[in-house]
Amino acid sequence: MSDPIILFFIFGFLASLLKSDLKLPPQIYDLLSIVLLLTIGMKGGVELAKQPFIELVPQLFVVLLIGFILPLLLFPVLKYLGKFNRDDAASIAAHYGSVSVGTFAVAIAYMNSMDIVFEEYVSVFVVILEIPAIIVGILLARGIRKDMPWGKIGHEIFLGKGVVLLIGGLIIGWIAGPDGVTKIKPLFFDLFSGILALFLLEMGLITARQLGSLRSYGPFLVLFGVITPVCLSLIGISVGLLLGLSVGGASILGTLTASASYIAVPAAMRISVPGANPTLSLSASLGVTFPFNVLVGIPLYYLIAKQLNTIL
Amino acid sequence: MNDRKTIELVTVIAESVLEKSLSKDIEGLGARGYTIQDVRGKGARGYRAGEWNESSNIQIEILCDEAVARAIENHLHQTYFHNYGMIIYTGKVSVMRSDKFSKI
Repeated sequence: MSDPIILFFIFGFLASLLKSDLKLPPQIYDLLSIVLLLTIGMKGGVELAKQPFIELVPQLFVVLLIGFILPLLLFPVLKYLGKFNRDDAASIAAHYGSVSVGTFAVAIAYMNSMDIVFEEYVSVFVVILEIPAIIVGILLARGIRKDMPWGKIGHEIFLGKGVVLLIGGLIIGWIAGPDGVTKIKPLFFDLFSGILALFLLEMGLITARQLGSLRSYGPFLVLFGVITPVCLSLIGISVGLLLGLSVGGASILGTLTASASYIAVPAAMRISVPGANPTLSLSASLGVTFPFNVLVGIPLYYLIAKQLNTIL
Repeated sequence: MNDRKTIELVTVIAESVLEKSLSKDIEGLGARGYTIQDVRGKGARGYRAGEWNESSNIQIEILCDEAVARAIENHLHQTYFHNYGMIIYTGKVSVMRSDKFSKI
């Protein structure tokens, strides 16, 4: 909790709650996200350059499978327990099936600050988990129909800013290798924590603004936003440990399955499932799940992974 | 240059996510061009602060013939009004070099 990065988040949250006019200029926020996404991509790419890719393929395949399964598990809960209409249930399921890069970055920072070892190539999991839930969400909302504008949807999913930057960074890191990236290390790697701190300041501001809409949607969304990540983290952690990841690596996979998207999925859903109410899924993922994961979830998932590791 | 002429100015304020599809639609309906700005403001969907993608709006201005203006209005009404936040207003304005804006 005393990690300055987390304090920046709380600072932003409180400032917004107290109605301060503090805000980061949108262009700065954009730049921060660009640097974070590229760095995360490059970290993964550099690790891939160190080992034969083929050995990772089974792991990556299992992670991809998780990406398709998570939204399918959540959809019935939202539809029948939460009584959401089909579009809203599908959209929220897609948000929670996909991942949050911000949460992932905080998990990396947490592991580093606690000197916990993890497989650095976990960045690749972010790319893999980002996409399947969007496809499943669209199919859940609209069914398999012939008139689906898949060209447009595919463009939105695969060429969205976030995915392009992650994959771009990954390829650059992979080609350049560990020695090649030393030249750009000062900006991307050394400044990572500082940039993340500023990013979280803005996230704190944005999160606090979701509280108003949360109040109007009632307690189900809040409960869903807290219980879902803990349940989903168990899937990620167990699968991670069974795949042979270290405790740190499994906690990060758990954090990824626990996190909910607030950038890539909202944009894709707005275009592809226009009937879904964007405020519902955003207030849950940004207003509840993001702060929960950042403040409580990540250390909790590490503890769970440590416990499970002794059993499995 | 005395080729001053009165034509239609169509102004559309909409969610930023629609930028790509709107600009494609507008060109497809015969407009020769458009101007897009990022904007913020308050309306039926609360305050849209424009700080990041999900809460940001764009304003599109199109100078065109009356027929194109009506086509744009009808198309946007039918395609987007139901599910998206959108405002459209039109008016007559006087422009120079009016040949730049008429349908080919």
